[in-house]
Amino acid sequence: MTKQKNLNGQSVESNHPKLMAGLSSSLKYIILSIISLFSIFPFIWMVLGATSSSRDITMGKMAIGSELFKNLGKLNELVDLPRVLSNSLIITVVGTLFTLLFASLAGYGFEMYRSKIREKFYNLMLLTMMVPFAAMMIPLFRLFSKAKMLNSYAAVILPTVASVFVVFYFRQSTKTFAKELIQAARVDGLTEFQSFFYIYFPSMKSTYAAAAIIVFMSYWNSFLWPLIVLQSNDKKTITLVISSLASSYTPDFGVIMTMIIIATIPTLILFFTMQKQFVEGMLGSVK
Amino acid sequence: MKANRTRGVESSQNRDGWLFISVVLILVGIFNVYPVVSSFLLSFQTGKGAVYHFNGLGNLFRLAKDKVFVQALINTFTYFIFQVPVMIVLALAIATLLNDPKLKFKGFFRTAIFLPCVTSLVAYSVLFKSMFSTEGLINKILINLHMISTPIPWILDPFWAKILIIIALTWRWTGYNMIFYLSALQNIDPSIYEAARIDGASRFRQFTSIIVPLLKPVILFTSVMSTIGTLQLFDESVNITNGGPANATLTLSHYIYNILFRFTPNFGYAATISYVIVFFVAILAIMQNKVAGDKND
Repeated sequence: MTKQKNLNGQSVESNHPKLMAGLSSSLKYIILSIISLFSIFPFIWMVLGATSSSRDITMGKMAIGSELFKNLGKLNELVDLPRVLSNSLIITVVGTLFTLLFASLAGYGFEMYRSKIREKFYNLMLLTMMVPFAAMMIPLFRLFSKAKMLNSYAAVILPTVASVFVVFYFRQSTKTFAKELIQAARVDGLTEFQSFFYIYFPSMKSTYAAAAIIVFMSYWNSFLWPLIVLQSNDKKTITLVISSLASSYTPDFGVIMTMIIIATIPTLILFFTMQKQFVEGMLGSVK
Repeated sequence: MKANRTRGVESSQNRDGWLFISVVLILVGIFNVYPVVSSFLLSFQTGKGAVYHFNGLGNLFRLAKDKVFVQALINTFTYFIFQVPVMIVLALAIATLLNDPKLKFKGFFRTAIFLPCVTSLVAYSVLFKSMFSTEGLINKILINLHMISTPIPWILDPFWAKILIIIALTWRWTGYNMIFYLSALQNIDPSIYEAARIDGASRFRQFTSIIVPLLKPVILFTSVMSTIGTLQLFDESVNITNGGPANATLTLSHYIYNILFRFTPNFGYAATISYVIVFFVAILAIMQNKVAGDKND
């Protein structure tokens, strides 16, 4: 009897907190849903916009229109689409591959072969990371203009191909790498670079994947530096084209939205196919 | 013999160490260190075209009298002071909500809130420009919800244009910071919460006494990054408002760009302004580090 009473008493007592917990948990879902809606909304607007006329967009009409192909056609007349896409793609792919190669070699080098002098260089490099790009772009612009390299893919890629941030990222991730593997490889007679390519590289795939996403995005989306060095229309990247379309006196927003979708699709695909590696890699870098 | 051999191994390893980092060292030297030094020297020079001569602190005196510069400085600071704290608190709160192991649809929420980060700064800026036009979508929605009676001149009014930039920045970057916090939260041992619950700590108390102190290194890291990012703001200023109306949203980087490529270029003066940004980034980073260090003791 007493036991039952006790049990009853307990359940009555815990009823109230349970109700509160239920309320606060549904509040949680409501808050998260609202924030999610805010986050996704501009994407919906982008898709609707690409199917609408410029007038409907500036009047704020929220509906699926029938102008998608018209917008695509107009876009194709205004800009050399294959050209612009391949400009962006070449810069991004070449830039990403070299950034990953150089940064992982250096991150590995700094972490595996420690010396006092190299630590000093490393700290100096980290210091340059604090310097805003604005302070570098003037000498960089003069450097490339003196070298007669303005308006080239190389001019876009070179200043960021040795990314200190990505070096830092690889060094942090290398801290969790099992160094005994390299010791074993040395005993087996592999050279240091062989060990790097055959042992380190395959075992750090998720780090490479995460770094690849970050670097890919930064090249694909870069604006200020390409705006400065790419001056002729045949070299312009997607971001430059979007910006110049939008800053014209009578911007056609239907066309612009279509271009924005084209610019966003690759990064969306990348994100959705490699989401897991992204979060995994980030975990490694923040630790 | 033995000592000799280890020394041999050590020196060959030392050589390999240099080889691994050589490419990056050379490239960083040319494309980072040289520009930093060169623009520092340039900031004490003046001239037009290709001819420059030292004029000491002349550029600094010119800065003090330059109304557009002062305006750009105030604008940049307005963004930084209002936007960064709001975003970080918001990101922390969302991360805490998402860290609940019993939460359903966690993957969906996380993905949705992170999604703005996949857009390019130019693309989202133009999207926001189209949504916030005076007769556009956002005003229409706000009027329909009876939150306003007349349309807000988002892009045409100096005050609202700043608010628009802040809204845009918060939309773009909150999810990014949230992911950092979420990752860090998942590294916290769940038994710490358990212990706090047993001790009767409220949710809010858990947030301020456990989560915030444990996440301090990450919070510090993200706020330094956001600070640097905000001080360098360019894409949004160019593509949402084009610095207008009447320079009300012009940022320092945008002004530097205008001096270099819109007006008669003066590389020396532009370099001086860029070092103003360097100066503030350095000060803020030191301040934030100090704050963190004091609390650690």
